[in-house]
Amino acid sequence: MAAIMSLREAIAENVRDGDVVAMEGFTHLIPFAAGHEVIRQGRRNLTLVRMTPDIIYDQMIGMGLANRLVFSWGGNPGVGSLHRFRDAVENGYPAPLAVEEHSHADMAARYQAGASGLPFAVLRGYVGSDLPKWNDRIRTVSCPFTGEVLAATPAINPDVAVIHAQQADKRGNVLIWGIVGIQKEAVLAARRAVVTVEEVVERFDATPNACILPHWAVSAVAVVPGGAHPSYTHGYYDRDNAFCKAWDGISRDRRKFADWMEKHVLGTRDFAGFRRSIGLAEAGAAS
Amino acid sequence: MSESGYTLNEIMTVAAARLLRNGQVCFVGIGLPSAVANLARLSHAPELVLIYESGTIGAKPDVLPLSIGDGELAETADAVVAVPEIFRYWLQAGRVDIGFLGAAQIDRHANINTTVIGPYDRPKTRLPGAGGAPEIAAAAGEVFIILRQSKRTFVDQLDFITSAGHLTGGDSRARSGARGRGPQVIVTDLGILRPDPESKELVMTSLHPGVTADQARAATGWKLRVADRPEVTEPPRPEELELLRALHARTARAHGAAPAEG
Repeated sequence: MAAIMSLREAIAENVRDGDVVAMEGFTHLIPFAAGHEVIRQGRRNLTLVRMTPDIIYDQMIGMGLANRLVFSWGGNPGVGSLHRFRDAVENGYPAPLAVEEHSHADMAARYQAGASGLPFAVLRGYVGSDLPKWNDRIRTVSCPFTGEVLAATPAINPDVAVIHAQQADKRGNVLIWGIVGIQKEAVLAARRAVVTVEEVVERFDATPNACILPHWAVSAVAVVPGGAHPSYTHGYYDRDNAFCKAWDGISRDRRKFADWMEKHVLGTRDFAGFRRSIGLAEAGAAS
Repeated sequence: MSESGYTLNEIMTVAAARLLRNGQVCFVGIGLPSAVANLARLSHAPELVLIYESGTIGAKPDVLPLSIGDGELAETADAVVAVPEIFRYWLQAGRVDIGFLGAAQIDRHANINTTVIGPYDRPKTRLPGAGGAPEIAAAAGEVFIILRQSKRTFVDQLDFITSAGHLTGGDSRARSGARGRGPQVIVTDLGILRPDPESKELVMTSLHPGVTADQARAATGWKLRVADRPEVTEPPRPEELELLRALHARTARAHGAAPAEG
């Protein structure tokens, strides 16, 4: 049953030290506000799961919150490398980061298995790739009917999934549209789920087969206008490409990164404060 | 810009776009492959179906997406589906004709590395990783690759095989269980390479105008085979250049002067 609460409460109740945390989004609807709140609350020893780790995971890794990353593609989309992620993997800074690496098709299948209550995923994957040599969780299984050898990998069942969506209604049902990515599967695979939304509406203007997460499949909903910035929310605002490019310079240097996080994330009370500190207008205001 | 009136990036993009045929279904990587596929769609192949791994099927973007999941792709697509569906129902099930990929490095059998430079457990450079490429490379009917040719990108020995090309050559791919035919064309800023029908080693079959075989050899980390009489790539026609430059100009305006990649 989804309770509508503040983001601070939602993270405090649902994200714990040592958790396996999946903050999902496929270049769209990245839960930045929620990631910042996890950083503010100083969570430690997290295993971070994400198909496409980007700036928010770069920030969390750079702040030393995670000791393990499960992923399939890590980068700053359209810009280049994630420098904090690379520093952790290449130099163990600020702490060593174990990586468990898969392909997109596999990660998607693993979330589906997790959401389906199955122990493992099966796919026609990794043919000729070196990835299975370095990841002993990528194994094979023979089809009992045809004998075909297929890749098998364990289901993902995070302790908590965190996503951003366009809308909730007053009961806490959640509506997502546009590029829906892997968010539904991540929520249904997880033991707990936190959803930030742009707004709460009286009723959804959606077709019956729209992507809706029923309120009883979600633990907490928090209203955070602009909460996916600098990524975008379809129907609300575009990606802040200038910020994504600026991040390359901020994150390249350890000192500059630490100062920036101190000033803009640790030094602000919430996401609205963060937005003000980097000079953005109040989100959700009539434009 | 050379005195010919076009850049090597432009001839690379145009030459690659010409390889795509109207009506084909193309699974498109971000960056250069996306520029190529959209140029083809805007010129000779209006019914080319562009699939991006973010779940957009039949995307018809007016500007090139900066990321694989830009809203422009969703708004212009025939359908937007979830990520598991795109990989399982559309790619794995064999509905994709061409997988169009970029690469950080390839070897003589067109195997691709996008994972690490140096040892995996102590990488000198950590690259973004596999993304969708291993399964695209295996399952698409055939694979086209586009990347700039240099000793850093065309290497004798890959540090890591992320996505399979022709593996160790000969019939090794056929025996691997990969369903698709694998890489059939590699387009670079110097020319075009295709696998030898038997050995599957890449052979430079076409050179862009003004590029010499020695130049191509010097930009390759192994002893490159060049066809006895390599073709000369047809230079970009004015209308092709006009479409490509207009596409890049629209893209730069939309994204705040994003760098043109080709």
